[in-house]
Amino acid sequence: MAASTVPAAPKDNREKMLERAMSRHQYSGSALIEVLHTAQELFGCLSPPLLKNIAHKLKLPPSRVLGVATFYHFFSLKPKGEHTFVVCIGTACYVAGGFGLVEKLEHRCAKAGHTTEDGKVSVETARCIGSCGLAPAVIYDGTVLARVTPATLDAELNKIGVR
Amino acid sequence: MTAEELREKQTEELARQQGLDNRILCCTAAGCISCGASGVRQAIADEVKAQGLSDKVEVCGTGCMGLCSRGPLVLNTASYQLYASGANAATIVAGKATTEPGQSIDLQAPFFTRQKKIVLANSGRVDPEKLTDYIAAGGYQSLAKALEDMTPREVIEEVKKSGLRGRGGAGYPTGLKWDLVAKQAAPTKFIVCNADEGDPGAFMDRSVLEGDPHRVLEGMCIAGYAVGAQQGYIYVRGEYGLAIQRLQNAIKQAEREHLLGSRILEQNFQFRIDLRIGAGAFVCGEETALIASIEGKRGQPRQRPPYPPASGLWGAPTLINNVETFANIAPIIENGGQWFAGIGTAASKGTKVFALAGKIANTGLIEVPMGMTLREILFDIGGGIPDRKFKAAQTGGPSGGCIPEEFLDTPVDYESLAKIGSIMGSGGLIVMDDTSCMVDVARFFMEFCMDESCGKCIPCRAGTVQMYDILQRITKGEGSPADLEMLKSLAVLLRETSLCGLGQTAPNPVVSTLKYFPGEYEAHIRERRCPSGHCQFAATEQEVPA
Repeated sequence: MAASTVPAAPKDNREKMLERAMSRHQYSGSALIEVLHTAQELFGCLSPPLLKNIAHKLKLPPSRVLGVATFYHFFSLKPKGEHTFVVCIGTACYVAGGFGLVEKLEHRCAKAGHTTEDGKVSVETARCIGSCGLAPAVIYDGTVLARVTPATLDAELNKIGVR
Repeated sequence: MTAEELREKQTEELARQQGLDNRILCCTAAGCISCGASGVRQAIADEVKAQGLSDKVEVCGTGCMGLCSRGPLVLNTASYQLYASGANAATIVAGKATTEPGQSIDLQAPFFTRQKKIVLANSGRVDPEKLTDYIAAGGYQSLAKALEDMTPREVIEEVKKSGLRGRGGAGYPTGLKWDLVAKQAAPTKFIVCNADEGDPGAFMDRSVLEGDPHRVLEGMCIAGYAVGAQQGYIYVRGEYGLAIQRLQNAIKQAEREHLLGSRILEQNFQFRIDLRIGAGAFVCGEETALIASIEGKRGQPRQRPPYPPASGLWGAPTLINNVETFANIAPIIENGGQWFAGIGTAASKGTKVFALAGKIANTGLIEVPMGMTLREILFDIGGGIPDRKFKAAQTGGPSGGCIPEEFLDTPVDYESLAKIGSIMGSGGLIVMDDTSCMVDVARFFMEFCMDESCGKCIPCRAGTVQMYDILQRITKGEGSPADLEMLKSLAVLLRETSLCGLGQTAPNPVVSTLKYFPGEYEAHIRERRCPSGHCQFAATEQEVPA
């Protein structure tokens, strides 16, 4: 998303926004997933102190909050890179050669699920993003790229200066 | 808004639309947007403005038009021309046929004429972001009819009469499920719409939500009236950003017009709908796991019974239906259950939406009457397999099976597909040609199930890993004949002893490929050869003892 390239908003503001999200749900424990979505959107990832804070505010055991945060693929406990490539490896993309794209990114950037050491690019995989008509598809910083070839990825990577 | 005002609004909007010279509809579903639909729409709008036609010609966005492989699609309604990617804005506005090959699409092609649209009737015709468009197309009239002229009992009877079965895959009769929830005496009940479309290769629900969100809201609202619930939840996959955005917008619009919320259509009936955004867990498509996830917990299934109609969300009776099921409700109430029951086969009524993907000419979204054969779907509507030879069709995602060529004349309905070892599933239909290795396909699906197993019950948690390891070995050319026996026995174990549908159906792709393509397994194991040329074997490996 565009938000990742914009300099981070002042810290207190983000905390206030998270607070507002929790109060909108009346600090109910059943809104945990909603709150985690908001927190990740604001802070980029769910750090342990952040999770602890949420657990405290929603009156939930920290173990429960950590359990939920680690159960769902969507939540990340580590910060993401400046740019993110999510390669779809759903069935249609698999049939159309999605794994070749993963190999390309792993070769040039980082292993799937990881970020390059300079924090520039994160490589991820997704189990079907529902753009099967466009297979193989890649989500690059929130935009779906259709019928991607390794050459398309090379071009995008060159543009952002990945060696 | 009262029902009377709703009808007035419909007449008014229809008159306005007929007063225009032309409406140019641009597909703005996720598929076309990622091929540049926004730019095309803007170019057409600019062209209309440049020609000074702004008050005579309307340019609107719509939901999915179906033929995703040719997008972005644009329909000129005055000349009834459909344009594919690359068509020039001036040509589109003029409504002329294009001179370049491939830029016009023949609307008389079997892809369009062989379909029957009920669920997708509005998709590609109405603007999903405008409530008035949906009202003009007859929207919320079924809700008005149910509230004004029918008792909850009569609504349920009508749904029962229609023979509608759950479109999520299992095919449980919808009317019976509604009846179960309606009979519960509890004061609080919930309606849940399962939009956690996790099957890789399926995008039907996403397209319905993106193309016609109000239809789903209307269906849920009618369900709420029928079973006596006042609160509904839509559990959407977090990956479906556009669908979420359009749903939020639709809910707001409907609330503003009193089509949702308190005193709906000025009647003594209230119903609210909230969204719950999934966080990427396939198992949450299972109903008890989905309930846990809405409650803010880890999405792990629990033992059934009690089934959700007896004890679901926060222990209250809960009706869970799929997006497509809810999208069928408004037409059933409007035209009657009898009408719906007249479509399809004896046991499977109505139509089914399929997402065609893989090695097929016309990838996209289609809706066909139940009972059509796979051959008709793939070769008439789908346009066949470009360049190569058909090998298998995969239905039902990781819970389904691979259907070989000899079963292409099987009618597509719940029972017939089950008989040949696959399932209807939610509607993903993936076509593979002779470059796909069936052992690797089985491995691919097993890897999926292994990753997505929630880890609660041991047969699924450990069994999927064991099966994956064996398949991995075989695709590397290191398998032994004993592995096949082990695979078969693990398949039975998982099916019989897993807690939920994920584990119980995880062996299906393996079982069906073992049954229909045993030669491929044999070739990998005995000859260290992949018939499709997909698997790479390490050259230095010593011969595997046979």
